[in-house]
Amino acid sequence: MSAVIAAGTAHPTYLYTLRLADTALVLAQRLSAWIGHAPAIEEDLGISNIALDLIGQARLLYGYAGELEGAGRSEDDYAYLREECDFLNATMAELPNGDFGATIVRQCLMDIWRLETFERLAASSDARLAAIAAKAVKEIRYHLKYSSGWLVRLGDGTAESHRRVAAALGDLWPYVHEWFVADEVETALAADGVAPAVDDLKAAFEARLTPILCEAQLERPLDVAYRWFGKRAQHSEHLGLLLAEMQSLHRAHPGASW
Amino acid sequence: MSDAAALEAVWAVLRGVADPEIPVLSLVDLGVIRNVSLEGTLVEVGLSPTYSGCPATSVIRADVAAALTAAGYVPRVKDVLSPPWTSAWITPEGCEKLRAYGIAPPEFPVTRPAALHTPVKNPACPLCASRDTELISEFGSTPCKSLHRCLACLEPFDCFKCI
Repeated sequence: MSAVIAAGTAHPTYLYTLRLADTALVLAQRLSAWIGHAPAIEEDLGISNIALDLIGQARLLYGYAGELEGAGRSEDDYAYLREECDFLNATMAELPNGDFGATIVRQCLMDIWRLETFERLAASSDARLAAIAAKAVKEIRYHLKYSSGWLVRLGDGTAESHRRVAAALGDLWPYVHEWFVADEVETALAADGVAPAVDDLKAAFEARLTPILCEAQLERPLDVAYRWFGKRAQHSEHLGLLLAEMQSLHRAHPGASW
Repeated sequence: MSDAAALEAVWAVLRGVADPEIPVLSLVDLGVIRNVSLEGTLVEVGLSPTYSGCPATSVIRADVAAALTAAGYVPRVKDVLSPPWTSAWITPEGCEKLRAYGIAPPEFPVTRPAALHTPVKNPACPLCASRDTELISEFGSTPCKSLHRCLACLEPFDCFKCI
Protein backbone atom coordinates (compact mmCIF):
# COMPACT_ATOMS: atom_id res chain seq x y z
CA MET A 1 0.00 0.00 0.00
CA SER A 2 1.13 3.50 -0.70
CA ALA A 3 3.23 5.22 1.86
CA VAL A 4 1.00 8.24 1.60
CA ILE A 5 -2.11 6.27 2.59
CA ALA A 6 -0.40 4.04 5.13
CA ALA A 7 0.95 7.02 6.97
CA GLY A 8 -2.63 8.06 7.65
CA THR A 9 -1.50 11.59 8.36
CA ALA A 10 -2.10 13.17 4.97
CA HIS A 11 -4.95 15.61 4.78
CA PRO A 12 -8.08 14.09 3.16
CA THR A 13 -8.50 17.05 0.80
CA TYR A 14 -4.90 16.60 -0.35
CA LEU A 15 -5.43 12.90 -1.04
CA TYR A 16 -8.72 13.53 -2.78
CA THR A 17 -7.23 16.27 -4.98
CA LEU A 18 -4.33 13.98 -5.85
CA ARG A 19 -6.77 11.21 -6.83
CA LEU A 20 -8.58 13.56 -9.18
CA ALA A 21 -5.31 14.82 -10.64
CA ASP A 22 -3.79 11.36 -11.09
CA THR A 23 -6.93 10.05 -12.77
CA ALA A 24 -6.94 12.95 -15.22
CA LEU A 25 -3.21 12.63 -15.99
CA VAL A 26 -3.15 8.85 -16.42
CA LEU A 27 -6.23 8.88 -18.64
CA ALA A 28 -4.69 11.68 -20.71
CA GLN A 29 -1.50 9.64 -21.12
CA ARG A 30 -3.52 6.67 -22.37
CA LEU A 31 -5.53 8.81 -24.78
CA SER A 32 -2.39 10.45 -26.13
CA ALA A 33 -1.30 7.07 -27.49
CA TRP A 34 -4.05 7.46 -30.12
CA ILE A 35 -2.32 10.47 -31.66
CA GLY A 36 -1.39 9.42 -35.17
CA HIS A 37 -3.26 6.13 -34.78
CA ALA A 38 -6.95 7.05 -34.58
CA PRO A 39 -9.25 5.76 -37.33
CA ALA A 40 -9.63 9.22 -38.90
CA ILE A 41 -8.00 12.60 -38.45
CA GLU A 42 -11.15 13.99 -36.81
CA GLU A 43 -10.94 11.31 -34.12
CA ASP A 44 -7.23 11.94 -33.76
CA LEU A 45 -8.04 15.58 -33.05
CA GLY A 46 -11.01 14.75 -30.86
CA ILE A 47 -9.12 12.34 -28.63
CA SER A 48 -6.01 14.52 -28.40
CA ASN A 49 -8.13 17.54 -27.48
CA ILE A 50 -9.77 15.56 -24.70
CA ALA A 51 -6.31 14.51 -23.50
CA LEU A 52 -5.22 18.14 -23.56
CA ASP A 53 -8.18 19.23 -21.43
CA LEU A 54 -7.41 16.42 -18.99
CA ILE A 55 -3.77 17.49 -18.70
CA GLY A 56 -4.92 21.05 -18.05
CA GLN A 57 -7.26 19.86 -15.32
CA ALA A 58 -4.49 17.70 -13.85
CA ARG A 59 -2.12 20.68 -13.75
CA LEU A 60 -4.62 22.83 -11.85
CA LEU A 61 -5.28 19.98 -9.42
CA TYR A 62 -1.58 19.19 -8.88
CA GLY A 63 -0.95 22.86 -8.25
CA TYR A 64 -3.54 22.82 -5.50
CA ALA A 65 -2.32 19.48 -4.11
CA GLY A 66 1.17 20.96 -3.90
CA GLU A 67 -0.10 23.88 -1.85
CA LEU A 68 -2.08 21.60 0.46
CA GLU A 69 0.89 19.31 0.99
CA GLY A 70 3.18 22.25 1.63
CA ALA A 71 6.33 20.31 0.76
CA GLY A 72 7.22 22.46 -2.22
CA ARG A 73 6.38 19.84 -4.85
CA SER A 74 5.54 21.11 -8.32
CA GLU A 75 3.17 19.73 -10.97
CA ASP A 76 6.14 18.05 -12.63
CA ASP A 77 7.30 16.50 -9.36
CA TYR A 78 3.91 14.85 -8.95
CA ALA A 79 3.66 13.70 -12.54
CA TYR A 80 7.20 12.59 -13.21
CA LEU A 81 8.91 11.81 -9.95
CA ARG A 82 6.50 9.56 -8.12
CA GLU A 83 6.36 5.77 -8.20
CA GLU A 84 3.49 3.50 -9.11
CA CYS A 85 2.68 2.96 -5.43
CA ASP A 86 2.19 6.73 -4.97
CA PHE A 87 -0.35 7.18 -7.76
CA LEU A 88 -3.97 7.36 -6.64
CA ASN A 89 -5.79 7.27 -9.98
CA ALA A 90 -8.92 5.22 -10.53
CA THR A 91 -7.81 1.88 -11.97
CA MET A 92 -9.89 2.17 -15.14
CA ALA A 93 -7.82 5.12 -16.33
CA GLU A 94 -4.64 3.03 -16.53
CA LEU A 95 -6.09 0.11 -18.50
CA PRO A 96 -4.69 -0.36 -22.00
CA ASN A 97 -6.64 1.34 -24.76
CA GLY A 98 -7.74 -1.80 -26.60
CA ASP A 99 -9.40 -1.00 -29.91
CA PHE A 100 -11.11 2.31 -30.70
CA GLY A 101 -14.42 0.92 -29.42
CA ALA A 102 -12.92 -0.05 -26.06
CA THR A 103 -11.34 3.41 -25.74
CA ILE A 104 -14.74 4.97 -26.41
CA VAL A 105 -16.49 2.77 -23.83
CA ARG A 106 -13.89 3.64 -21.19
CA GLN A 107 -14.14 7.31 -22.10
CA CYS A 108 -17.93 7.37 -21.91
CA LEU A 109 -18.02 5.64 -18.52
CA MET A 110 -15.31 7.90 -17.12
CA ASP A 111 -16.85 11.04 -18.64
CA ILE A 112 -20.18 10.33 -16.97
CA TRP A 113 -18.52 9.63 -13.63
CA ARG A 114 -16.26 12.66 -13.87
CA LEU A 115 -19.10 14.92 -15.00
CA GLU A 116 -21.32 13.89 -12.09
CA THR A 117 -18.40 14.31 -9.70
CA PHE A 118 -17.26 17.70 -10.97
CA GLU A 119 -20.80 19.12 -11.25
CA ARG A 120 -21.16 18.47 -7.52
CA LEU A 121 -17.62 19.60 -6.75
CA ALA A 122 -18.44 22.95 -8.34
CA ALA A 123 -20.56 23.54 -5.23
CA SER A 124 -17.84 22.29 -2.87
CA SER A 125 -17.20 24.05 0.43
CA ASP A 126 -13.56 24.14 -0.74
CA ALA A 127 -13.48 27.25 -2.94
CA ARG A 128 -10.41 26.20 -4.91
CA LEU A 129 -11.78 22.76 -5.81
CA ALA A 130 -15.08 24.43 -6.68
CA ALA A 131 -13.36 26.82 -9.08
CA ILE A 132 -11.32 24.09 -10.78
CA ALA A 133 -14.43 21.91 -11.08
CA ALA A 134 -16.62 24.66 -12.51
CA LYS A 135 -14.03 25.14 -15.23
CA ALA A 136 -13.63 21.42 -15.89
CA VAL A 137 -17.37 20.74 -16.10
CA LYS A 138 -17.65 22.80 -19.27
CA GLU A 139 -14.93 20.70 -20.86
CA ILE A 140 -16.19 17.32 -19.66
CA ARG A 141 -19.61 18.03 -21.19
CA TYR A 142 -17.96 18.17 -24.57
CA HIS A 143 -16.02 15.01 -23.82
CA LEU A 144 -19.21 13.17 -22.97
CA LYS A 145 -20.95 14.52 -26.02
CA TYR A 146 -18.14 13.05 -28.09
CA SER A 147 -17.83 9.70 -26.31
CA SER A 148 -21.56 9.05 -25.95
CA GLY A 149 -22.12 9.98 -29.60
CA TRP A 150 -19.53 7.41 -30.66
CA LEU A 151 -20.82 4.80 -28.24
CA VAL A 152 -24.29 5.07 -29.79
CA ARG A 153 -22.86 4.88 -33.31
CA LEU A 154 -20.76 1.83 -32.53
CA GLY A 155 -23.30 0.03 -30.34
CA ASP A 156 -26.10 0.63 -32.80
CA GLY A 157 -23.80 0.19 -35.79
CA THR A 158 -22.70 -3.02 -37.47
CA ALA A 159 -22.77 -6.46 -35.88
CA GLU A 160 -18.98 -6.26 -35.53
CA SER A 161 -18.92 -2.81 -33.91
CA HIS A 162 -21.71 -3.87 -31.56
CA ARG A 163 -19.88 -7.04 -30.61
CA ARG A 164 -16.72 -5.12 -29.85
CA VAL A 165 -18.21 -2.37 -27.67
CA ALA A 166 -20.45 -4.87 -25.87
CA ALA A 167 -17.36 -6.95 -25.03
CA ALA A 168 -15.44 -3.85 -23.91
CA LEU A 169 -18.32 -2.76 -21.69
CA GLY A 170 -18.29 -6.16 -20.00
CA ASP A 171 -14.52 -6.03 -19.54
CA LEU A 172 -14.53 -2.50 -18.11
CA TRP A 173 -17.58 -2.74 -15.90
CA PRO A 174 -15.84 -4.29 -12.86
CA TYR A 175 -13.61 -1.20 -12.66
CA VAL A 176 -16.63 1.07 -12.13
CA HIS A 177 -17.05 -0.43 -8.68
CA GLU A 178 -14.35 1.57 -6.88
CA TRP A 179 -15.96 4.88 -7.89
CA PHE A 180 -18.97 4.13 -5.74
CA VAL A 181 -17.43 2.67 -2.61
CA ALA A 182 -16.51 5.46 -0.25
CA ASP A 183 -13.39 5.07 1.83
CA GLU A 184 -12.38 7.15 4.85
CA VAL A 185 -11.15 10.00 2.64
CA GLU A 186 -14.41 10.41 0.73
CA THR A 187 -16.55 9.85 3.79
CA ALA A 188 -14.75 12.55 5.74
CA LEU A 189 -14.89 15.02 2.85
CA ALA A 190 -18.56 14.35 2.11
CA ALA A 191 -19.35 15.14 5.74
CA ASP A 192 -17.56 18.47 5.38
CA GLY A 193 -19.25 19.31 2.08
CA VAL A 194 -15.91 19.23 0.28
CA ALA A 195 -16.57 16.18 -1.93
CA PRO A 196 -19.84 14.69 -3.18
CA ALA A 197 -21.42 11.77 -1.36
CA VAL A 198 -20.59 8.61 -3.25
CA ASP A 199 -24.13 7.21 -2.98
CA ASP A 200 -25.57 10.24 -4.79
CA LEU A 201 -22.94 9.82 -7.47
CA LYS A 202 -23.87 6.22 -8.12
CA ALA A 203 -27.55 6.99 -8.65
CA ALA A 204 -26.72 9.93 -10.91
CA PHE A 205 -24.20 7.86 -12.88
CA GLU A 206 -26.75 5.14 -13.54
CA ALA A 207 -29.42 7.67 -14.49
CA ARG A 208 -27.18 9.27 -17.06
CA LEU A 209 -25.76 6.01 -18.40
CA THR A 210 -29.05 4.17 -18.89
CA PRO A 211 -30.45 6.22 -21.82
CA ILE A 212 -27.06 6.19 -23.58
CA LEU A 213 -26.80 2.40 -23.31
CA CYS A 214 -30.40 2.08 -24.41
CA GLU A 215 -29.78 4.15 -27.52
CA ALA A 216 -26.59 2.21 -28.18
CA GLN A 217 -28.53 -1.07 -27.94
CA LEU A 218 -26.25 -2.19 -25.14
CA GLU A 219 -27.14 -3.88 -21.89
CA ARG A 220 -25.80 -2.77 -18.55
CA PRO A 221 -23.53 -5.57 -17.37
CA LEU A 222 -24.22 -7.29 -14.08
CA ASP A 223 -22.08 -6.36 -11.12
CA VAL A 224 -19.44 -8.92 -10.32
CA ALA A 225 -17.47 -9.67 -7.21
CA TYR A 226 -14.35 -7.92 -8.39
CA ARG A 227 -12.52 -5.35 -6.36
CA TRP A 228 -9.80 -3.01 -7.42
CA PHE A 229 -8.83 0.23 -5.73
CA GLY A 230 -6.44 2.36 -7.71
CA LYS A 231 -7.55 5.30 -5.58
CA ARG A 232 -5.86 3.51 -2.67
CA ALA A 233 -2.77 2.84 -4.79
CA GLN A 234 -3.75 -0.78 -5.49
CA HIS A 235 -3.08 -0.84 -9.19
CA SER A 236 -3.24 -3.26 -12.08
CA GLU A 237 0.00 -4.41 -13.67
CA HIS A 238 -0.50 -1.84 -16.42
CA LEU A 239 0.27 1.36 -14.50
CA GLY A 240 3.97 0.60 -14.01
CA LEU A 241 4.59 0.33 -17.74
CA LEU A 242 2.57 3.44 -18.45
CA LEU A 243 4.62 5.44 -15.95
CA ALA A 244 7.90 4.00 -17.21
CA GLU A 245 7.12 5.44 -20.61
CA MET A 246 5.59 8.71 -19.41
CA GLN A 247 8.42 9.47 -16.98
CA SER A 248 11.39 8.24 -19.02
CA LEU A 249 12.39 11.61 -20.47
CA HIS A 250 12.12 13.49 -17.20
CA ARG A 251 14.07 10.82 -15.35
CA ALA A 252 16.79 10.70 -17.99
CA HIS A 253 17.17 14.49 -17.98
CA PRO A 254 16.04 15.72 -14.56
CA GLY A 255 15.23 19.39 -14.47
CA ALA A 256 15.60 19.83 -18.22
CA SER A 257 13.54 22.64 -19.71
CA TRP A 258 12.84 23.87 -23.23
CA MET B 1 -3.30 62.18 -16.31
CA SER B 2 -6.42 61.25 -14.35
CA ASP B 3 -6.74 57.79 -12.81
CA ALA B 4 -9.31 56.81 -15.41
CA ALA B 5 -7.12 58.00 -18.27
CA ALA B 6 -4.10 56.21 -16.80
CA LEU B 7 -6.07 52.97 -16.55
CA GLU B 8 -7.40 53.46 -20.07
CA ALA B 9 -3.80 53.70 -21.27
CA VAL B 10 -3.16 50.24 -19.80
CA TRP B 11 -6.26 48.86 -21.53
CA ALA B 12 -5.02 50.36 -24.77
CA VAL B 13 -1.79 48.37 -24.41
CA LEU B 14 -3.80 45.20 -23.73
CA ARG B 15 -6.02 45.82 -26.76
CA GLY B 16 -2.83 45.68 -28.78
CA VAL B 17 -1.93 42.17 -27.59
CA ALA B 18 -3.16 39.55 -30.06
CA ASP B 19 -4.36 36.08 -29.19
CA PRO B 20 -1.47 33.79 -30.22
CA GLU B 21 -3.71 31.30 -32.01
CA ILE B 22 -6.33 33.62 -33.48
CA PRO B 23 -4.26 36.75 -34.13
CA VAL B 24 -7.20 38.81 -35.42
CA LEU B 25 -8.55 38.83 -31.88
CA SER B 26 -7.01 40.91 -29.14
CA LEU B 27 -7.02 39.49 -25.63
CA VAL B 28 -9.62 42.11 -24.75
CA ASP B 29 -11.85 40.88 -27.61
CA LEU B 30 -11.43 37.34 -26.33
CA GLY B 31 -12.66 38.37 -22.88
CA VAL B 32 -9.80 36.76 -20.99
CA ILE B 33 -8.68 39.98 -19.26
CA ARG B 34 -10.72 39.94 -16.09
CA ASN B 35 -9.42 42.91 -14.17
CA VAL B 36 -6.74 45.52 -14.34
CA SER B 37 -5.42 47.65 -11.53
CA LEU B 38 -2.75 50.30 -11.60
CA GLU B 39 -0.60 51.74 -8.86
CA GLY B 40 2.15 54.00 -10.10
CA THR B 41 3.78 51.93 -12.82
CA LEU B 42 2.74 48.64 -11.17
CA VAL B 43 0.01 46.94 -13.21
CA GLU B 44 -1.84 43.90 -11.98
CA VAL B 45 -3.76 41.97 -14.62
CA GLY B 46 -6.17 39.10 -13.86
CA LEU B 47 -6.28 36.56 -16.70
CA SER B 48 -8.73 33.71 -17.24
CA PRO B 49 -7.71 30.67 -19.29
CA THR B 50 -10.22 29.70 -21.99
CA TYR B 51 -9.62 25.97 -21.50
CA SER B 52 -7.79 24.33 -18.59
CA GLY B 53 -5.28 22.76 -20.95
CA CYS B 54 -5.03 25.49 -23.58
CA PRO B 55 -1.33 25.66 -24.52
CA ALA B 56 -1.81 29.32 -25.50
CA THR B 57 -2.42 30.33 -21.87
CA SER B 58 1.26 30.51 -20.93
CA VAL B 59 2.03 32.38 -24.16
CA ILE B 60 -0.78 34.85 -23.41
CA ARG B 61 0.60 35.40 -19.92
CA ALA B 62 4.08 36.07 -21.30
CA ASP B 63 2.77 38.31 -24.11
CA VAL B 64 0.80 40.46 -21.65
CA ALA B 65 3.83 40.86 -19.41
CA ALA B 66 6.08 41.68 -22.37
CA ALA B 67 3.68 44.27 -23.84
CA LEU B 68 3.25 46.02 -20.50
CA THR B 69 6.98 45.99 -19.84
CA ALA B 70 7.64 47.47 -23.26
CA ALA B 71 5.12 50.23 -22.47
CA GLY B 72 7.03 51.12 -19.30
CA TYR B 73 4.92 49.31 -16.72
CA VAL B 74 5.89 46.73 -14.12
CA PRO B 75 3.42 43.92 -14.79
CA ARG B 76 2.04 41.28 -12.48
CA VAL B 77 -0.15 38.71 -14.20
CA LYS B 78 -2.46 36.59 -12.07
CA ASP B 79 -4.69 33.67 -13.02
CA VAL B 80 -8.39 34.06 -12.28
CA LEU B 81 -10.22 30.72 -12.34
CA SER B 82 -13.57 31.62 -10.90
CA PRO B 83 -16.06 32.22 -12.37
CA PRO B 84 -14.79 30.22 -15.33
CA TRP B 85 -14.29 31.91 -18.68
CA THR B 86 -17.24 31.63 -21.00
CA SER B 87 -17.42 32.19 -24.75
CA ALA B 88 -20.18 34.70 -23.99
CA TRP B 89 -17.39 37.07 -22.89
CA ILE B 90 -16.06 37.40 -26.43
CA THR B 91 -17.02 40.96 -27.34
CA PRO B 92 -19.43 41.70 -30.22
CA GLU B 93 -16.48 43.22 -32.10
CA GLY B 94 -14.55 40.03 -31.38
CA CYS B 95 -17.37 37.94 -32.86
CA GLU B 96 -17.36 40.07 -36.00
CA LYS B 97 -13.59 39.72 -36.32
CA LEU B 98 -13.91 35.95 -35.97
CA ARG B 99 -16.53 35.80 -38.70
CA ALA B 100 -14.43 37.95 -41.03
CA TYR B 101 -11.48 35.65 -40.33
CA GLY B 102 -13.52 32.59 -41.36
CA ILE B 103 -14.43 31.24 -37.92
CA ALA B 104 -18.09 31.03 -36.95
CA PRO B 105 -18.49 32.84 -33.61
CA PRO B 106 -20.05 31.04 -30.62
CA GLU B 107 -23.82 31.20 -30.82
CA PHE B 108 -25.55 28.36 -29.05
CA PRO B 109 -24.75 27.33 -25.50
CA VAL B 110 -23.64 23.73 -25.06
CA THR B 111 -26.65 21.63 -24.20
CA ARG B 112 -27.13 20.24 -20.76
CA PRO B 113 -25.91 16.66 -20.93
CA ALA B 114 -29.44 15.49 -20.18
CA ALA B 115 -30.24 16.74 -23.67
CA LEU B 116 -26.98 15.57 -25.21
CA HIS B 117 -28.61 14.09 -28.26
CA THR B 118 -31.04 16.84 -29.02
CA PRO B 119 -29.92 18.50 -32.20
CA VAL B 120 -28.96 22.14 -31.81
CA LYS B 121 -29.20 24.72 -34.55
CA ASN B 122 -26.27 24.62 -36.91
CA PRO B 123 -23.83 27.54 -36.96
CA ALA B 124 -24.03 29.84 -39.94
CA CYS B 125 -21.24 29.49 -42.49
CA PRO B 126 -18.84 32.43 -41.96
CA LEU B 127 -18.23 32.61 -45.71
CA CYS B 128 -21.71 32.51 -47.26
CA ALA B 129 -23.91 32.87 -44.13
CA SER B 130 -25.95 29.78 -44.99
CA ARG B 131 -27.42 27.80 -42.08
CA ASP B 132 -27.30 24.67 -44.20
CA THR B 133 -24.21 23.34 -42.43
CA GLU B 134 -23.21 20.14 -40.69
CA LEU B 135 -20.85 19.12 -37.93
CA ILE B 136 -17.72 17.23 -38.99
CA SER B 137 -16.14 16.95 -35.56
CA GLU B 138 -16.73 18.22 -32.03
CA PHE B 139 -13.04 19.03 -31.84
CA GLY B 140 -11.15 21.19 -34.31
CA SER B 141 -7.59 22.40 -34.59
CA THR B 142 -7.62 23.91 -31.09
CA PRO B 143 -9.63 22.99 -27.98
CA CYS B 144 -11.87 26.01 -28.44
CA LYS B 145 -13.11 25.15 -31.91
CA SER B 146 -15.29 22.53 -33.59
CA LEU B 147 -15.14 21.60 -37.26
CA HIS B 148 -18.08 22.07 -39.64
CA ARG B 149 -18.92 21.92 -43.31
CA CYS B 150 -21.17 24.25 -45.29
CA LEU B 151 -23.56 22.34 -47.53
CA ALA B 152 -24.35 25.45 -49.56
CA CYS B 153 -20.85 26.65 -50.53
CA LEU B 154 -19.18 23.32 -49.64
CA GLU B 155 -16.39 24.97 -47.65
CA PRO B 156 -15.26 23.48 -44.34
CA PHE B 157 -15.02 25.95 -41.45
CA ASP B 158 -14.15 26.19 -37.75
CA CYS B 159 -16.71 27.28 -35.19
CA PHE B 160 -15.78 28.76 -31.82
CA LYS B 161 -17.33 26.38 -29.27
CA CYS B 162 -19.84 27.73 -26.84
CA ILE B 163 -18.75 27.04 -23.29
